[in-house]
Amino acid sequence: MKTRPSHAVIAGIGQTEFSKESGRSEQQLAAECIKLALDDAGIAASDVDGVVTFTLDNSDDVSTMRSLGFDQLNYISRLPHGGGASVATLAHAQAAILSGTSEVVVIWRAMNERSQYRFGQPQQQIPVNASGSTFAEWCMPFGAQSPASWEGVVAQRYMHQYGATNEDFGQVSVVLRKHAATNPNAWFYEKPITIEDHQASRWVVAPAIRLLDCCQESDGGVAIIVTTPERAKDLKQTPVYLRGAVQRLPFEHEIISDYYYADDLTRQSIYSTTSRDLKQQSGIAPKDTQVAMIYDNFTPQVFSQLEGYGYCGVGESKDYVKDGHLELDGSSPLSPNGGHIGEGYIHGLNLMSEGVRQVRGTAANQVKNVESVFLGAGVGGAIIAKGLD
Amino acid sequence: MKRMDPVRTIDNAFFWDAAEAERLDIQACEACDVLWHPPRPMCPKCHSTELSPRTMSGKGKLYSWCMPIHPPAWGFEEPPIVALIDLDEGVRIVSNLVGVDPEAISNDMPVRVDFTETAKSKVPVFTVTDAGGAE
Repeated sequence: MKTRPSHAVIAGIGQTEFSKESGRSEQQLAAECIKLALDDAGIAASDVDGVVTFTLDNSDDVSTMRSLGFDQLNYISRLPHGGGASVATLAHAQAAILSGTSEVVVIWRAMNERSQYRFGQPQQQIPVNASGSTFAEWCMPFGAQSPASWEGVVAQRYMHQYGATNEDFGQVSVVLRKHAATNPNAWFYEKPITIEDHQASRWVVAPAIRLLDCCQESDGGVAIIVTTPERAKDLKQTPVYLRGAVQRLPFEHEIISDYYYADDLTRQSIYSTTSRDLKQQSGIAPKDTQVAMIYDNFTPQVFSQLEGYGYCGVGESKDYVKDGHLELDGSSPLSPNGGHIGEGYIHGLNLMSEGVRQVRGTAANQVKNVESVFLGAGVGGAIIAKGLD
Repeated sequence: MKRMDPVRTIDNAFFWDAAEAERLDIQACEACDVLWHPPRPMCPKCHSTELSPRTMSGKGKLYSWCMPIHPPAWGFEEPPIVALIDLDEGVRIVSNLVGVDPEAISNDMPVRVDFTETAKSKVPVFTVTDAGGAE
């Protein structure tokens, strides 16, 4: 009888180019990024026996198997909550590995989110009796029809309570565009911005979110291969250990927020409990890692996550950012690839693959002496590391 | 250009029916005496399915707001003010703040309900109440 593995490891990453028009189907993007991740690991497609993606992903298991030639799947998992659940895919892959259900799990996300549809456009149809519909049906008749507007009411309260300004939020974009400027894979390679550029960009949702506070809309695909430490011994890459992984959904939490439950929307419990549980699992708190890959859909969300995950105190993000902590030579460099704002928006997956590169030591903007990296996004988080101590 | 009609479901119809009659009703579990919003088929405290609408005073405070400008929201001539309203009865709802200059908005300002037309229905919106509490 096989012994169950003590940990799951990340053995491969793969990604297509990030663009505004891929010129091919989402199914092809999925197949390409998975193939690249398998090649990176040195694993045959026929060995894949588990898959994890988003409920929002348009490539289904059958079409993915059909293109790649997976022999048999024993584990198929799809996560709701969009990019907020990106990192939580690692918790599902880990569950498959640690239980012995699967030995090689592929996580993917592939989308033509610029050329085929755009998350930034207001939705015109109210979904009914569908996933997320009880959120949409109470927002859309009032003009809250896009993610930026859903975030906007939370961010405005934050500004009111802590005296933060839109210019304070913009400092996050300046940092991420600076990082993207030296990452050849970034859409905004060699295109840094100043805070004046940020302040001159048009309002998307006043008084909190300008155009340059928003993530990009991108076409592309990213895949990640998760396996056992035993299996990884014979593979091409030095494995990256999954030291902790959390999926989390508190009562009444919804898309972007928990309007209806949290008295104080500036202090959402989801981040602090994720941070606490990751520390318990791994012995490492997010702030103890050398790189912070934090989901940047909108800059105000970075503020609330920095505070919730314990990087700084509540209301202190504006000073924490200005003090340079998020720079490449700061105490907790933020998304050295440029994040969703600078590199591209593959719904969280390109932040996870960058985290893996940082642990491997192969990133374009490599941070020095990386032992561990924090991956944080909405309804999940993870700590990945070089080793087990 | 009319704002989009709310979508009626079995579980939320009472709210929109009340709005058409210019009442602000919120779902209450009679057994627990607790209000729930958004509506749901079962009380998460006692698991009763006997939930009924309760008419609110229509008074509350502005918790927060924002103004979607670009791309423009469907159904509005001018950018709306999206508002989170804390009702006096202790429930928070998403609505609009109307008839106010954005420069004059302040968090926690007192508001009260009004109703406005969609293409085929009505929805509750909120106006600023005089600071002195006069109507």
